[in-house]
Amino acid sequence: MSLKRNVSLAAGLRYRGQGPMLTFVLHRIGGLGMAIFVTMHILASFLGGDIGKSLNDIYQNWLFQIFIFFCALFHAINGLRITLVDLFPKLLVHQREAIWVEWAVFLPIYAIAVFVIISTAGG
Amino acid sequence: MTTTKPRTLPLSKRGLNFEMFMWLFTRLSALAMYALILFAIIGALVMGARYQMNLADVLRWGFMPNSGHVQSVPLENPDAWATLLWRLTASALLLVATAHGVHGLVVIADDYIVSRRGRLTVRWLSIVMIISMSVIGVYVLWTS
Repeated sequence: MSLKRNVSLAAGLRYRGQGPMLTFVLHRIGGLGMAIFVTMHILASFLGGDIGKSLNDIYQNWLFQIFIFFCALFHAINGLRITLVDLFPKLLVHQREAIWVEWAVFLPIYAIAVFVIISTAGG
Repeated sequence: MTTTKPRTLPLSKRGLNFEMFMWLFTRLSALAMYALILFAIIGALVMGARYQMNLADVLRWGFMPNSGHVQSVPLENPDAWATLLWRLTASALLLVATAHGVHGLVVIADDYIVSRRGRLTVRWLSIVMIISMSVIGVYVLWTS
């Protein structure tokens, strides 16, 4: 059994799914990022020693913290929207408005967090 | 205006296969994780986080209420943060998050890996990963 989509990569990239598509892609990136981070983090605590320390150095870097906080916060806020809309399908008509609310909640919290991370890293 | 018949079937007629079950589990486990994180943050506030911790420490504790996450914080009563209740809460959060996360990886992989062999490999890898990460994670939580 194999699937054939008949859609080239270039056509896929040109697909304009707008706001909902963007949240779909970012939800994926966020989930993948967290899965990799949590796996690394658990293995680092389990192994300890030099390997644990070198893994710790990666995720204590401020750039990594900006990335992983984006993953966690966006995945959490977008996931709440997905859960509510999927469990109460009548709400689906408000999907686009819900995505605007999502950004209105996400952007200020993330901006404050990035400011705190950078100012902490800067000393 | 034409009227369309509702196309949704009741659950009893749709049947509940594994994929449907995991679809529901992903949503319900998300709700469970919000509840557990909220519980951990409220617990931290009750234990005096307002005076002893900054926001980053509270968030670190909230995402995983493991006493190792607050080791570097000068706490008045460190023992209260490593009780049976918090180890059980952390274990519950870890197991729910691992199942949610590994199934998420399978969903993503299925979108890009379409051969039967590839998907079978992903299934087996995910089973190995879910068991190993659950066991290692719980071990770390109860020995730290």
